[in-house]
Amino acid sequence: MNEMVITREQREARLEGMGCKRKRVEDIRFTQGKGQYVDDIKLPGMLHGDFVRSQYAHARIKRIDASRALALPGVIAVITAEELKPLGLHWMPTLAGDVQAVLADGKVCFQNQEIAFVVAENRYVVDDALQLVEVEYEELPVLVDPFTAMDPDAPVLRPDLDGKTVGAHGPRKHHNHIFEWTIGDKAATDEAFNSAEVTIKELISYHRTHPSPLETCQCLASFDKVKGELTLYGTFQAPHVIRTVASLLSKIPEHKIHVIAPDIGGGFGNKVGAYSGYICAIVASIVTGLPVKWVEDRMENLSTTSFARDYHMTTEIAATKDGKVTGLRVHVLADHGAFDACADPSKWPAGFMNIVTGSYDFPVAHLAVDGVYTNKAPGGVAYRCSFRVTEAAYCIERAMDVLAQKLGMDPADLRMKNFIRREQFPYQSALGWEYDSGDYHLAMQKAMDAIGYRELRAEQKARQDAFRRGETREIMGIGVTFFTEIVGAGPSKNCDILGVAMFDSAEIRIHPTGSIIARMGSKSQGQGHETTWAQIIATELGIPADDIMIEEGNTDTAPYGLGTYGSRSTPVAGAAIAMAARKIKNKAQMIAAHLLEVSEYDLEWDIDGFRVKGNPERSKTMKEIAWAAYNAPPPGLEPGLEAVNYYDPPNMTYPFGAYFCVMDIDVDTGVARIRRFYALDDCGTRINPMIIEGQVHGGLTEAFAIAMGQEIKYDEMGNVQGASFMDFFLPTAVETPHWETDHTVTPSPHHPIGAKGVGESPNVGGVPCFSNAVNDAFGFLGSTHIQMPHDAWRVWEAAKRLGLHQ
Amino acid sequence: MDMSEIDTIPVTVTVNGRKVQRFVEPRTLLIHFLREELNLTGAHIGCETSHCGACTVEIDGQSVKSCTMFAVQADGSAVTTVEGLANPDGTLHALQEGFRQMHGLQCGYCTPGMLMRAKVLLSENPDPTEAEIRHGIAGNLCRCTGYQNIVKAIQYAAAKLNGREFQEAAE
Amino acid sequence: MIPGQFVYHRPSSVAEAVGLLASLGEEARPLAGGHSLIPMMKLRMASPEHLVDLGGLADLKGVREEAGSIVIGATTTQAELIKSDLLANRLPIIRETALLIADPQIRTKGTIGGNVANGDPGNDMPGVMQCLAADYVLTSPAGERVVAARDFYQGAYFTALEAGELLTALRVPVPPAGHGFAYEKLKRKVGDYATAAAAVILTMNGGTVATCSIALTNVAPTPLFAEAASRLVVGTSLDAATVKAAAEAAKAIADPATDGRGTAEYRREMAGVMVARALAKAESRAKGT
Repeated sequence: MNEMVITREQREARLEGMGCKRKRVEDIRFTQGKGQYVDDIKLPGMLHGDFVRSQYAHARIKRIDASRALALPGVIAVITAEELKPLGLHWMPTLAGDVQAVLADGKVCFQNQEIAFVVAENRYVVDDALQLVEVEYEELPVLVDPFTAMDPDAPVLRPDLDGKTVGAHGPRKHHNHIFEWTIGDKAATDEAFNSAEVTIKELISYHRTHPSPLETCQCLASFDKVKGELTLYGTFQAPHVIRTVASLLSKIPEHKIHVIAPDIGGGFGNKVGAYSGYICAIVASIVTGLPVKWVEDRMENLSTTSFARDYHMTTEIAATKDGKVTGLRVHVLADHGAFDACADPSKWPAGFMNIVTGSYDFPVAHLAVDGVYTNKAPGGVAYRCSFRVTEAAYCIERAMDVLAQKLGMDPADLRMKNFIRREQFPYQSALGWEYDSGDYHLAMQKAMDAIGYRELRAEQKARQDAFRRGETREIMGIGVTFFTEIVGAGPSKNCDILGVAMFDSAEIRIHPTGSIIARMGSKSQGQGHETTWAQIIATELGIPADDIMIEEGNTDTAPYGLGTYGSRSTPVAGAAIAMAARKIKNKAQMIAAHLLEVSEYDLEWDIDGFRVKGNPERSKTMKEIAWAAYNAPPPGLEPGLEAVNYYDPPNMTYPFGAYFCVMDIDVDTGVARIRRFYALDDCGTRINPMIIEGQVHGGLTEAFAIAMGQEIKYDEMGNVQGASFMDFFLPTAVETPHWETDHTVTPSPHHPIGAKGVGESPNVGGVPCFSNAVNDAFGFLGSTHIQMPHDAWRVWEAAKRLGLHQ
Repeated sequence: MDMSEIDTIPVTVTVNGRKVQRFVEPRTLLIHFLREELNLTGAHIGCETSHCGACTVEIDGQSVKSCTMFAVQADGSAVTTVEGLANPDGTLHALQEGFRQMHGLQCGYCTPGMLMRAKVLLSENPDPTEAEIRHGIAGNLCRCTGYQNIVKAIQYAAAKLNGREFQEAAE
Repeated sequence: MIPGQFVYHRPSSVAEAVGLLASLGEEARPLAGGHSLIPMMKLRMASPEHLVDLGGLADLKGVREEAGSIVIGATTTQAELIKSDLLANRLPIIRETALLIADPQIRTKGTIGGNVANGDPGNDMPGVMQCLAADYVLTSPAGERVVAARDFYQGAYFTALEAGELLTALRVPVPPAGHGFAYEKLKRKVGDYATAAAAVILTMNGGTVATCSIALTNVAPTPLFAEAASRLVVGTSLDAATVKAAAEAAKAIADPATDGRGTAEYRREMAGVMVARALAKAESRAKGT
């Protein structure tokens, strides 16, 4: 092709920049089995380690006898808390300001808690040895129900905190109390309720679940005794943070720790925290001088490395008779398990739960959260959501439906009536956030029109009549949700992790021939950063995306960043990429001016280079500028063409969306069939519509699973129930509904490219939508709120309570 | 009995067209034989209880979950893993192409198992309906994609293998 | 999750296999598809010292017709059952059931012998075999004996199978052509065991039920032949009151446990619902509608 006659459209298309459905770079290796995940890595002499775990939820450990295990050929070591004590590593700090036992220190507080780490020549011998370690227990009373955690006679779960009346987040009211966190104007809120024409109050629980990526948590630690250096491969969503934590705990200088997160098989929040397996693998490698791999199995994953939700939200709304909301009051009882290991920014013990006012213009609101200990696994991670945002969205979206029902109003109309209006942005919420941008009415109306909302309501009415007449045993539910998220943690004024501010970073280097290597502090676990980050750079710098290599996860080469979770990568790292590119572009403009012998101000950007204003024939492509940057820079300008940016965002971003679900429920079996699901998302500027759609499909599928059955359950003895893929509900292609996607675009005004992040929206909006559909189906029979999860037997129970099985 | 007396035994398998022989403990699972002995790390371990299908490989023309089979049971068989999926001339198989074109993968962890399952599905049913595809891949869990684009990827491959242009169904 | 060690045996004849099983006794387990046994071994809930691999025994495979019965070899896989034209024509309930077992990969390995012999109350074929009044052929070095499926199950994982015996074949009497059949299985997702399931085989004479057989899956420690329920519908037109009575009779013998699939009460009720739905489907098929 002749370069001279190429059209502007062709030049633009060749870049595969922002807005294009670029095919993914990652897929080339993944479809050929050439991804490299942690367990694919083998090092010479590598050992394997795994845990002896507690069979009880609460017990004193009287004796650990590892002699039979140690006698087994191939077993190298058995590490217990006693071995870790001299190193000061038997306890570790959590992200939430608590401490957690790395290996049980005389006592276990949840079933499957780590007791001893067995190291052997291969994973088969490790498994044999685990059967041979004898642990003698003295059982203690078990606390499972968080509502009894602060009873006067509740068992003491954490004697290590004896006498500590103040925790990381203020005063503790009880030996099982962790914190109370409040925000909002209590007096004004109480007054709104005192003078309200209509109020509703409902206990809305969001059950305990688990992110459960298909690849479990794993690591491979290799300590070089001669150099004093540690190389740690792991499934880390935040590799730099892991390096800092590893350095602080191990006292190995940070520059001698090489943390590498290779390909990651899904994260969804599970792989943010630091787990005992990482510490023990590192210690075992230091002790043995050999590489040690730790790979948890699925049961260990579901029952020990984190959980999500477990929020019990007593929710009240005050409103006028004609449906204008006047106040919101929420109290949360938060079950944090045995250690407070919530993965939230450190100052936010309840995450961003104060987004609970949602998409609505509440004049006043008050939120109080009490965190308590129970004999369950620690965690509290943000499972495909920003910190506690899915809990908040579920709370307000369910409560708005309850209010609509009480008022006899249509739930979509009630939402329309109370939306924050377009002209109110930037909008100061009653609980302290500044929403950046939105056009909620436009999005809602588009969604209602697309799904044929009024017609569906008419059909529903006809079906309800038929049900009453006994002509059918099916009831129809329409789920309505309008969610607002808060993502992109975050401004350093608000957000840090253990004192590390939550900025993110990008380093872009243009080579002399005009190709690029760029590295970020983010870390993809399937989001496709290698594809989309290159698209941002392509648009910003006019270099084709195919000529740009993106590298993440190697802390030796990537600039420091806080990693990928809470939909923060596009809002923060994505911004850093644009800003770094713009630094390069500024320098490129100086070089182009020099080459064209004009002033910088006489130049304008045009797709892939600079041209002289009014004389577009005179131009220099970025590729030409790159060569000159190294080989013929303007006098006085240093050679080279690269930049790094650490981006501290001025605000979070606030993606939103309107979701509708149409569901038919068989009241005789409780089985719910999803007839339609429509999701309209507004994530601001869209970088790659194909990837956005894929993110929405995946997030909706996780939302479907959570709402309709996915649960980590405990019996009254604290035994974890169903911690395998037999019982833990991950839908197959057969159960998973067909998804319809749509969008509006309201760019973020403070983000360099206007993007807001989308990966978690479908989970945040999806869960309330499914739940609202179930509740909506039963609403005409007098039911106000049915707790999740809505698996068949619970839905059947709801039907039974309503007398439908007579 | 004293288990240290147990001998390793020979296993001969043709893997991706190459005949290999190894001496293994009888309890060696096929997935570990492929990943650890032969360094074929494409097939993955996701659940270990035969639910997720990340370990799916093809054995003598059938799809099998290699985490729930001993290597000795594959003695004398022909095993194909994702590493052997590409066409003999080195070009990508229509399924590999379809998964990329239709965005049928994200983290990539389930993908090798999904591809190998889809290959056998298409060999048994060269032109499946959407429902047949969904039932056909019901032994493979994916946490990222919601399956919709995987279905399209398999339809894409079916069309290509049948010499047709793939037409995406209207939404 | 790694299995313990064992000695591996690969006999080349049924006689050799049963000889091994008899001589090794309680410490040996036969290995067929392995999809029940291997997960148990990985969880160390089963630690046999010897595995006798039946994979090489061609005699144990296949479906054939023999004197009014269909004989199914024990190591015939679920996938082979699904593909069998003979079964599709003569015993379509077996194909319908096999398609509801696990998932495609597991059906490739899972065998009917394993499904019926290991005594797992979650397995689907035992109830269907009770419904069909099938017999199991048990082979030992002493020879063969035949035990009816309805007499085989004693408790969860406890069966009439004795140490050293191998279930080698199933003999299934063929219901008359044009019979109605249904296997209705309520489950949470593909791959799950039944919350409750019901198998029905019936024949119609004009508008009334001539013969009927009903059995239940996974609502008790063993599969249940619902004899009273079966008797109730014979001679009726399957009117609503009869169907309800049959469902009640089935519920009366159900004794499910509370588990992740629901409470005992729910699962018992679902046994009734599945019976009613299976009767309706079988009736409609018998009438050719």
